[in-house]
Amino acid sequence: MQAPATDPTQTHVLRELKHGSPLLACRFDPAGQFLFAAAQDNTLRRFRLDGDEHIALAGHQSWPLALAIDPSGKTLVSGGCDGRLLWWPADAPAPQPSRALDAHAGWIRAVAVSPDGQLVASAGNDLVVRLWSLGEGTLVRELPGHESHVYSLLFDSDGKSLLSGDLKGVVRQWDVAAGSETRKLDAAVLWKYDEGFRADIGGVRGMALRADRALLACAGITNVTNAFAGLGQPIAATFDFAAGQQKVVHRIKEAINDVLWNVAYHPDGYLIGALGGSAGGFLAFWRPEEEFEFHRLKLAASARDLALHPAGLLVATAEHDGVARIYELRKAPA
Amino acid sequence: MKCTYACGTADHLLARRQFLGSVAAGLSAGGLAAAGLGTFVRPAIAEQIAKAHKRVLVIWLSGGVSQLETWDPKPGTDTGGPTRAISTSVPGVQIADLLPHTAQQMHRLLLIRGVNTAEDDHGKGYQIMHTGRRPEPSIEYPHFGSLAARLLEPADASLPGYIHITPGGGGGLAASEAAYLGPRFGSVTLGNGAPPQNTVLPQAITETADAARNSFRGQVNDHFSRRRRTAETEAYSATYDQAAALMRKRELFDVTKEPAADQERYGNHDLGRHCLLARRLLENGVTFVKVSHSNYDTHNENFNFHIEQLGEFDRTFATLIDDLAQRGMLDSTLVVVKSEFGRTPNINHLFGRDHWSKAWSVALAGCGLHSGGVYGATNDRGTEVVDGQVNGGHLFHTYFRALGLDSRESFTINGRPLPIADPSAHAIEEVLA
Repeated sequence: MQAPATDPTQTHVLRELKHGSPLLACRFDPAGQFLFAAAQDNTLRRFRLDGDEHIALAGHQSWPLALAIDPSGKTLVSGGCDGRLLWWPADAPAPQPSRALDAHAGWIRAVAVSPDGQLVASAGNDLVVRLWSLGEGTLVRELPGHESHVYSLLFDSDGKSLLSGDLKGVVRQWDVAAGSETRKLDAAVLWKYDEGFRADIGGVRGMALRADRALLACAGITNVTNAFAGLGQPIAATFDFAAGQQKVVHRIKEAINDVLWNVAYHPDGYLIGALGGSAGGFLAFWRPEEEFEFHRLKLAASARDLALHPAGLLVATAEHDGVARIYELRKAPA
Repeated sequence: MKCTYACGTADHLLARRQFLGSVAAGLSAGGLAAAGLGTFVRPAIAEQIAKAHKRVLVIWLSGGVSQLETWDPKPGTDTGGPTRAISTSVPGVQIADLLPHTAQQMHRLLLIRGVNTAEDDHGKGYQIMHTGRRPEPSIEYPHFGSLAARLLEPADASLPGYIHITPGGGGGLAASEAAYLGPRFGSVTLGNGAPPQNTVLPQAITETADAARNSFRGQVNDHFSRRRRTAETEAYSATYDQAAALMRKRELFDVTKEPAADQERYGNHDLGRHCLLARRLLENGVTFVKVSHSNYDTHNENFNFHIEQLGEFDRTFATLIDDLAQRGMLDSTLVVVKSEFGRTPNINHLFGRDHWSKAWSVALAGCGLHSGGVYGATNDRGTEVVDGQVNGGHLFHTYFRALGLDSRESFTINGRPLPIADPSAHAIEEVLA
């Protein structure tokens, strides 16, 4: 799809989709009709973009942290802290789970659907990445190997490989067909063992692969000085995807204390990040070769996730104040 | 405030008499363990040790563990977070899903869910939970460990009565914790679980030379004390004797002497090693052991950090409780799991929880407390105590009563009666056997 011209420096709020419970994650459907959001009240919400419809999807018994939609837009898959994967008919008038799997021991933190719509990947606290048949819900393959909680998943756009990022900044690349690990990328800049706290902090909170498959961005926090208070700076470590070498590390000009919760490459080539934490919420925009952002927009609340609309003109955030906000990436009409 | 002699209470004297009746068995067991035989605790010997004297184990979850992620989960509410509730070995009692191993030991635990200490400051909360009283500007009160060492320690104990095992470095004597009881009852801190500092004879001094100088010191001390015997001179002399005994028993502090299987069961991390060391010390007659686990002050990322910290705590603590029970030690060992306070029901924008002393929980076990029970309750969202509200004073009275002590007794310090527990509070009678 050819994206319309955007001007990130003119980004503004187009719409507020209010729920009330703090939001955790959000995704657009491929047709761009709906925004799905996950909330701390254990529900998913479906907002229709061309109307006021706002439907609750109830089924998880704990926080739903992860959302993914198949390319046809027919099936939404959610993963929760209850260890369950739920399948939802995404465009049904009143969606009820069509399938529920006790998929993992402990939290599911990430799900992803393969570009051909055949597979669902899921991962979380039990350290095992699992591949499921989207159609039958059967377990296709297990990919063990992570030594810390898995925070994020991303299918390569060619569908042949899967990336999984964990708490300690290890990104593993898997051959989907063979079920084997093909390489590891070192994003340890996103992780720290805090000696004072005696705990790990950080992790690959989100990943994005540029459309030309030249760059991979891993989002999170770095330079943590006080884990108790979340004092550390947001960061996106980018990699030359072919070579597996770290390239530019994107930062914020001021040393604000936030986490970069997720990132998306816009078809125009720039990276968009959603920030939240002590300094509050921001959207930030980076050009591929530049360390610091070329634009940053203060948000009403801390962002926890973002999603890029398929048409490329809108970006949505899931925010702590219980509002999903839709931002337009160009100048508002006069 | 200066130290003084024994309080003279009937309970105190009785405890010492009881100990003297079985001291031979205890020493025998200690001697075997000192030789490195980690499996010395056979049931018969354990029974003798159990009869010898009451002991205390405190697991201190530093920083303020979340009651909502441990003993009092509220799933499905706006305050409950992602934590779920799981069934335990006691029908009808549920705890957080972060404690699956502990849940299987619930029949040996007692949960106090209605704690309200009304103090959200770390330092003051620490004082309340270590002394059972709110801080007062005019007086410092002894810590629980010092009180236990003073009231329960066998008369001729060769090991410190109050040992604190911390995850950090350092170590030494925390004399101030004993307050008016005197430095002999302060805690001996084992930084990183290492043996007490300065307990190895310097290479330049032979054992013969050391024995000679100690003999000379003893003669001089005896000569001096015949004319000027005071509490201070006795403490001074006793400290030397205890240090010498400690040096002879240094191997007791070496947790690697325990069987490899036990080391594996407790976990390959600081808390695992420290809890196994605690078991070893309690088996060998130490009266009070505190193990600190850090850090639960989770204003940020409360859930991720609790998963990590409680992941260590859960299996280790469950293993320790099971071991104490299997060895017949739980009847004579009071176990307390506590913090300076709990954490807010409100979840902040950092996925964190802040300080909350208004409605939180403490877990107990052993010494005849009603196991498998729950005392007190909070409301559906965990914001207030709705039944069985207690404060630090009530907890201390309950500890002492469980240990067979009259918590209404007082020390007489320079003519001033100082109750061992806050006189405005009382024991929780419902949980005492």
